[in-house]
Amino acid sequence: MSSVTYDHVVKRYTSDLTVVKDFNVEIADKEFMVLVGPSGCGKSTALRMLAGLETITEGQIRIGDRVVNHVAAKDRDIAMVFQSYALYPHMSVFDNMAFPLQMKKMSRSEIDKRVKQASGILGLDNFLKRKPKALSGGQRQRVALGRAIVRNPKVFLLDEPLSNLDAKLRGQTRVELQKLHRDLETTFIYVTHDQVEAMTMGDRIAIMNAGILQQVGAPGEIYDHPANLFVAGFIGTPTMNFVPVTMENGNAKASGFDVKLPKPVGADKGILGFRPEALTDRIQDDGSTLEIKVEVVERLGSDQFLYGTAGEDTITARVDPRMKVAPGDRARLGLDLRGIHLFDSQTEKALL
Amino acid sequence: MDLSLLLTDVPTLVVVIVGVPAVLGAYILGGEFLVRRLPDRARGSVRPWIWVAPALFFVTAFLVAPAIGTVFTSFQSHGGDWIGLTNYQRQLVDFPNGGAWIAIRNNLYWLVLYTLFVLFFGLLLAVLFDRVPYESVVKSLIFMPMAISAVALGVIWKFMFWYQPADAPQTGTLNAIVVNVFHQAPKTWLTDPNVNNFALIAAAIWGITGFSMVILSAALKGIPADLLEAARVDGAGEITIFRRVIFPLMMPTVVVVGTTLVIFALKAFDIVYVMTAGNFGTDVLANRMYKLLYQADNPGGASAVAIILLLAVIPVLIFNLRQFRAVEARR
Repeated sequence: MSSVTYDHVVKRYTSDLTVVKDFNVEIADKEFMVLVGPSGCGKSTALRMLAGLETITEGQIRIGDRVVNHVAAKDRDIAMVFQSYALYPHMSVFDNMAFPLQMKKMSRSEIDKRVKQASGILGLDNFLKRKPKALSGGQRQRVALGRAIVRNPKVFLLDEPLSNLDAKLRGQTRVELQKLHRDLETTFIYVTHDQVEAMTMGDRIAIMNAGILQQVGAPGEIYDHPANLFVAGFIGTPTMNFVPVTMENGNAKASGFDVKLPKPVGADKGILGFRPEALTDRIQDDGSTLEIKVEVVERLGSDQFLYGTAGEDTITARVDPRMKVAPGDRARLGLDLRGIHLFDSQTEKALL
Repeated sequence: MDLSLLLTDVPTLVVVIVGVPAVLGAYILGGEFLVRRLPDRARGSVRPWIWVAPALFFVTAFLVAPAIGTVFTSFQSHGGDWIGLTNYQRQLVDFPNGGAWIAIRNNLYWLVLYTLFVLFFGLLLAVLFDRVPYESVVKSLIFMPMAISAVALGVIWKFMFWYQPADAPQTGTLNAIVVNVFHQAPKTWLTDPNVNNFALIAAAIWGITGFSMVILSAALKGIPADLLEAARVDGAGEITIFRRVIFPLMMPTVVVVGTTLVIFALKAFDIVYVMTAGNFGTDVLANRMYKLLYQADNPGGASAVAIILLLAVIPVLIFNLRQFRAVEARR
């Protein structure tokens, strides 16, 4: 149990290849922090620096109050679950889980007790004598978790642990991991490229892109108040609509519609963003409206997605499935002003 | 160069270049033609034999048949009379210093020292070079002796071990070091029965370490980096990681390389032949067999030695094949 601090951390391989740039995050004790971003954004490197598997070029990483820059991986007292699970193929499930305890020179009876306890939690009691080869993907994943749990570590690191599971198992394991976090009361740091995992599991999310931390915050906060264009586009499916606008008298003017801005901004050009669900078929008198030419309709039962254009801009809308609309129709939709965002067209930072 | 000699060989050359592929082609096409005539059910079981038959023929004609012939010869006198086990008796009766016993003792030295040291050095180099920059360059250097023929290797080391009397300049590398660095009397490396066997084995080890290193290095690279990282995070030091993770995972390969080396050790001939010709107590079975056959004109004795060697190799061979199959099955 411990907090983790990244203090101006940089990872540079060569003078022109920097994969993590000035990374600053404080992760509280017992927090579930998710590092999310597209592949190659530096999130795994950030995690591996904390684990001691990569050196830290600049800055400090602290576990609790202890600076770990020059502490060997084996002495950091953290547990890590690898994407490939990295189970020792020549050892039984029991020995795989016992290995970190043997490294701590724990007594045989204590090892036995802890492994049995972990295998009980994870439902592995009947597989303790098997080799990893004889297990299914989901079971292997649980052994990897077990190997981490038995140690009762200060920090629990998970590097894309669900990406080798099929969709159904991934959903189940997601829930189990959250339960596990609650039961273990340990700091979890979880790396993923999957924004659904990030949104559903994290107490807080740190979004990275191209080695730079974009925004840190609770899932709802990031969803509702993205700090910049990248975060706005990365979180949410289908992605947010982005429309270039010019400002006139407190109005944002797009190619096919106008929107009254809730407060004045000091820019005459920008990018207007609104999520598909900010569009609705119920039009309020005082609200903004826009007309889209519908090209594709997707009915999902619970939702209905309309893909079309307003003026020259492509628009996606998520509307009530009972709305009657067909490809080729022109549909007038209401725009909920609480759900609009405005970004600077140069810096891409949020203006509202 | 006398071109006329070459010209007289032209017909042979034509037969070889045109004839051999033609015969092979005709065999394959003809075999396939005949297989097509067979009923559907028989085809699957006949076709493999068509393809395997040439190899079977060559192995039988050039390996199995001579081996059986050797067994017969080992029970016969020079004149071709059946004399039972007399040839074996002559080789084995004078324990511990007569007949084949010196060679058997030396083969045991080879078996143990050569195998263990080559495995040890191969493993050590594979693990160490895995962590250095320019790995491929260093590994190529260690592997280089493999490109030298065993005879050339023997000649090189004969010079390395060369002896000159104490008052003469030492042209052998080792004695130059002994005399000039350690200020000792030069040693007769290849004639002193206390050291010469080890000198020969050392030369052979130098020649083959690259082989063991390259194969073990490939096995080492086959271990996923994740596993080592996981072990590090689990709190294991580098030596523990080697002992508990790397070595167990390399074990099947170590066993295959080890048994191959045992067979090499039992077959040792060329280095001994070139460097000491088996004199001064350095004889090995293969060299003894050669001497008995070509120098002593004793085919019965030579065949007996050959059979003794064959019997020693067979169990290792079987074990090696089984192990190899086990490694393949694990893939």
